[in-house]
Amino acid sequence: MSTLSYAAKDSATMLRRNLRHALRYPSMTVSVVGMPIIMLLLFVDVFGGAMSSSLAGASNNATTYIDAAYINAGYINYVVPGILVMTVGSGSMPTAVAVCTDMTEGIVARFRTMAISRASILTGHVVGSMIQTMVSVGLVVGVSLLMGFRPTADPVRWIVAITVLALLALALTWLAVALGLVTKTPEAASNVVLPLFLLPFISSAFVPLATMPRGVRWFAQYQPFTPIIDTLRGLLMGAPIGKSAVIAVAWCVCIALAGYLWARTVFNRGPAH
Amino acid sequence: MTLFSSPALTAAGLRKAFGPLVVLDDIDLEVPAGTVFSLLGPNGAGKTTTVQILSTLIPADAGQVYVAGHDLRREPDLIRAAIGVTGQFSAVDNLLTGQENLILMADLHHLDRRVGRRRAAELLDQFDLVDAAKKTVATYSGGMRRRLDLAMTLVGDPGIIFLDEPTTGLDPRSRRSMWQIIRDLVAGGVTIFLTTQHLEEADKVADRIAVLDQGKLVAEGTADQLKALIPGAHVRLQFADASGLESAARTLGAVSRHDDGLVLQVPNDGSVRSLKALLDRLADDSIEVDGLSVHTPDLDDVFLAVTGHSRNEEVRIG
Repeated sequence: MSTLSYAAKDSATMLRRNLRHALRYPSMTVSVVGMPIIMLLLFVDVFGGAMSSSLAGASNNATTYIDAAYINAGYINYVVPGILVMTVGSGSMPTAVAVCTDMTEGIVARFRTMAISRASILTGHVVGSMIQTMVSVGLVVGVSLLMGFRPTADPVRWIVAITVLALLALALTWLAVALGLVTKTPEAASNVVLPLFLLPFISSAFVPLATMPRGVRWFAQYQPFTPIIDTLRGLLMGAPIGKSAVIAVAWCVCIALAGYLWARTVFNRGPAH
Repeated sequence: MTLFSSPALTAAGLRKAFGPLVVLDDIDLEVPAGTVFSLLGPNGAGKTTTVQILSTLIPADAGQVYVAGHDLRREPDLIRAAIGVTGQFSAVDNLLTGQENLILMADLHHLDRRVGRRRAAELLDQFDLVDAAKKTVATYSGGMRRRLDLAMTLVGDPGIIFLDEPTTGLDPRSRRSMWQIIRDLVAGGVTIFLTTQHLEEADKVADRIAVLDQGKLVAEGTADQLKALIPGAHVRLQFADASGLESAARTLGAVSRHDDGLVLQVPNDGSVRSLKALLDRLADDSIEVDGLSVHTPDLDDVFLAVTGHSRNEEVRIG
């Protein structure tokens, strides 16, 4: 067999290992799905009524920013794209924790002294995490459909939307792998990825930017999650996308590349933290 | 001993520093194939660092190292294919079962699925882990984890095995079973590079021992050669009667004498030559010796002597 197919074989072995971990100890995975679903219930069923009416009011004043149409059609249709991005964001936590745990235990030292593809150790984590995250996304989509989410997207737009989410998952997973490698304890690893889960709160996920005070609006406008959420919203709900798509893809590619290079450098530096 | 085969491992001028701290300072090692070589030293002597370098885990700052005939710098992957490492901290996957851990190793060695499963079953049997095969490793005792760890190392049939303090933290029974496993492996032709803090362990299993202290090799040789280094090696001569004791004491001069037991203690390194010299002197004066025993100090004495008193003075024998 060639070096490449050995690398693929080793990566598949590592992937099996990581998926087995996830299936055997599902609490992390469950919390990845659980958090966004709780957010969904909270924002739709608890805050939803107030949100819709105040957003509808705001939309009369600032129609350029807000599509009153889909806000009026139900707050759930506005919020789900943001919740899906949050699902991907929270998927970075188990990744960082798993990578950090792996590095603090002896098993990776063993892998490093074996004649295997070294990249397979990280590749296994990344592919495993992406599978978990995309399964979580699927579950959250299912729950939101049950709760009354009515996207207008045709199958092509769905596929593009899923691709955007997968690209985001790839970016955040590589970033989480790098963060897991540089943190010394699993607890620290779970803390350090928290911003990936919190940043969507200060974005267009829950309320349109126009409703925010100037400073916060500025931050929300230029942080990576807003264009990604706007792109998804455009794809799923038919809202105008504009430049958001290009900016969203650029952010994802940059984060993925930075995370990958960072992770690779730290991992190749050696076994000691 | 396979004295004439090429060495399984050689290191010359091995150096490693972590920042300002010099951990290994010009270490030379040679391990003949099919033998047990023990690196003996206290905590912080540099044993684990040595194993980490020799097993390709971390790079050395300087030195020429060949493992299994391959240059450590140029061909680390060929070395990795020839070695197995069982580190001080167990390198097992706590979230998998014992059987899954072994099959993971088989997969990473690219063994055929059926072959891998059979190998895993054999090793579970050999290491007395059949009952625990389907339990996650997190539930294992220290001894079981260590056995699984070593079993995982053996999946790929390595020719050279590094064991970094394999019995640290084990109870006496598990320790003895580990020693037996090591002996069996060597009988099967494997070369073992073992680090230990326990002098008894090195004495029990090692063909050659090197004493490492503060990053320097302070002594090297067989257990017996090291023991003979210690002032205090002596021969006890037992006499049938007081007159024999008296005349022997006169002939031999400076000896310590225990009149009650009719025993003389004569300083002697216990080698054949010096024993013959001693016996010749007694025979020349026609002195009858009832019994003779050679007493060499154990490795604890060696260790204290070479690390405590003659620190930084290299003593090399054999």
